[in-house]
Amino acid sequence: MSRLKFFIPVIIFVILGVGFWFAKPHDPNAMPSAVLGKDLPDFSLPNLHKPSQIITKKDLLGEYALINVWGTWCPTCVFEHPFLMELAEQGVAIYGLNWDEEGYDPPRQWLKKRGDPYRYVLADFENQLGIRLGIFGAPETFLISPEGKILHRIVGELNRQRWQNELVPLIQGQVSKVGE
Amino acid sequence: MNKTLLVLMLCCLAPLAVAEDVYPFDNELDRERFQRFTNEMRCPKCQSQNLAGSDASISQDLKRELHRLIAAGKTDEEVVDFMVSSYGDYVLYKPRVEGSNLILWFSPFVLLIIGLSAFGWIVIKKQPPADEE
Repeated sequence: MSRLKFFIPVIIFVILGVGFWFAKPHDPNAMPSAVLGKDLPDFSLPNLHKPSQIITKKDLLGEYALINVWGTWCPTCVFEHPFLMELAEQGVAIYGLNWDEEGYDPPRQWLKKRGDPYRYVLADFENQLGIRLGIFGAPETFLISPEGKILHRIVGELNRQRWQNELVPLIQGQVSKVGE
Repeated sequence: MNKTLLVLMLCCLAPLAVAEDVYPFDNELDRERFQRFTNEMRCPKCQSQNLAGSDASISQDLKRELHRLIAAGKTDEEVVDFMVSSYGDYVLYKPRVEGSNLILWFSPFVLLIIGLSAFGWIVIKKQPPADEE
């Protein structure tokens, strides 16, 4: 019996070893979003193309919509842009959240050159809404339900593959649930 | 010689004084709170840096937001709640003492107590009875 207690460390080691072996691989850079499943925060931000018009959360509700965070300083946003144009042509509601700091002109020029896929572009020059969404860079894209729930977040480029694999199933899943 | 040294030292401090002015506060307490928050909160983009040490644009925006919250008279708790509601516990370098974090905070002490009692138990058992000496 007393012999047995010498094996206690070994037993603890085995338990820990098995635990760590099956633990999920930890990515220290992965930052899970804290806003998924929550309601889109309230905001009121000027329309980039018409600053006298203030856009609020209400204006974005009613259908599945994407909120795309972008800035003229962001190279990946340039790569991403053609696909957003394509989605917009298919009728997907996309709202731009512009995160620039040098006023209205640079983002307007940027869109003029590349096309404007957005129903509205919110001028969030102080990143007020962006911070509430927990963004840490651009581009980032959020999927919003018709009631204004944040369903998904894509960090980095939204491309066809991620749209098909991550967003379409969510939209279709939710839609068929409602239809049932 | 001493004067030259003094001037050199003051020159090193000059950028600090300028940096301070970016986020002005009307009292010392708020300034200290701001510094504490920017030291204890993580830059979400860079992650191995705190907000104070990061110039990433998201860090600048978060510092501006912290400044706004503090200047608006928010309590420490409200400021931390705001940051955590957007960025989760990840943003805090100093985890809050609640929920699953309790394990993080107190398991070392529990383990220490277990270890000490085991050690004590072994020492007592190994000791020959006093009357045998």
